[in-house]
Amino acid sequence: MSDESLLSRRNALKCMAYGGAGTLFALSGGVLAPIDLAMAAADSKGAAKLGRPLFVQISDTHIGFNKEANPDVNGTLTQTIDIVNGMADQPALIIHTGDITHLSKPAEFDTAQQLFTRLRTTEMHTVPGEHDTSDATVTEYFNRFGKPSGNKGYYSFDHAGVHFIGLINVLQFKPGGLGTLGADQLAWVAADLKGRSSSTPIVVFAHMPLWTIYEPWGWGTGDADQLLTQLRRFGSVTVLNGHIHQIVQKVEGNMTFHTARSTSYPQPAAGVGSGPGPLKVPSDQLAAMLGITSVSVVKHPSALALNDTALA
Amino acid sequence: MILKRTRLLLTAFGMVLWGVEVGIPSVAESADATNVVVKDFKFMPTPLTVKAGSTVTWTNKDDDVHTVVSDTGAFKSGAMDTNDSYSFKFDKPGTYHFTCSLHPRMVGTIVVQ
Repeated sequence: MSDESLLSRRNALKCMAYGGAGTLFALSGGVLAPIDLAMAAADSKGAAKLGRPLFVQISDTHIGFNKEANPDVNGTLTQTIDIVNGMADQPALIIHTGDITHLSKPAEFDTAQQLFTRLRTTEMHTVPGEHDTSDATVTEYFNRFGKPSGNKGYYSFDHAGVHFIGLINVLQFKPGGLGTLGADQLAWVAADLKGRSSSTPIVVFAHMPLWTIYEPWGWGTGDADQLLTQLRRFGSVTVLNGHIHQIVQKVEGNMTFHTARSTSYPQPAAGVGSGPGPLKVPSDQLAAMLGITSVSVVKHPSALALNDTALA
Repeated sequence: MILKRTRLLLTAFGMVLWGVEVGIPSVAESADATNVVVKDFKFMPTPLTVKAGSTVTWTNKDDDVHTVVSDTGAFKSGAMDTNDSYSFKFDKPGTYHFTCSLHPRMVGTIVVQ
């Protein structure tokens, strides 16, 4: 590595250390109200209204990726962890929405798990991305993270009155490329929701978007409608995904859909270029395109607030 | 025979042989081609026709990771990073469809005669 590239990498890491600016989305009665994060920080009373962070979503860490779009994914994940550890109120949980690794290699999972131990918040829930299940035997992810789901990949849990549902949509693909939940998983969701009060806030998380963002690149889940139909009766539903390495969101009734930034590398906007590969940007622009989403309880138990933070 | 003698001569030059053969493939070589390049989220060429007993090699020339997975489960690569290759020997004649499990719109076909 030349002195010049060392210098620019050091500058990029220094810029990331400032953390900071992003857009904050307060969710109230299913309506997202964007608030500039810098403004929220300046107005401490306004920021306090956002409530305690319930959890932080980390996505698409792609440990093992080493191409030009980000030669130091361990470094940017470390920066991400520093931002989370620096939050005044520590989140109760971390949710990782998949693509922990790039190639499903044991060494990549080991490195990721080693880095995650630096988080002050120790409770982490995961779902796999297709990059985590690309080993020929599809065992590496489940050997490490399969326990909560009995190696099925889908499971639910409750925290602070919120019902969380983790789903897997990367094992079978519809012809044409969309992800699939499958009949077994959909039946399990129906049983899981049965008898649950409609006033329970629901958070659903899966790797691939549970709404069709761009079908030609497989940015969606073919049978997601059968899931969403089951969720319509609930007063507050937050659907969190990763996979596309950029923020895209929509609100439909009481459902808020949101995809998180990656901590590793950006991807092009839908349909730009030959495919959804790593997007190369100048190194001083990279940190602004990486980040996390934090979710707070605003008016417990009826509303959650989503807050995106870039690394710079 | 002339072709054979040329090849033997060029073998002595190592890399020169490689350059010449890649640059100007002979008719015999293109008929025996068993390589699939994975680039720009496409398998090329497809369909690829080979003789029974041929070994087909897929090489990833994209910055992104790809896989090669047979629709029938006959063969399956692990994740292939940039410049990684995967090979499979086709013993039985037939038509074999495959996809990239990471980008399932990427599809290809091997026809074994």
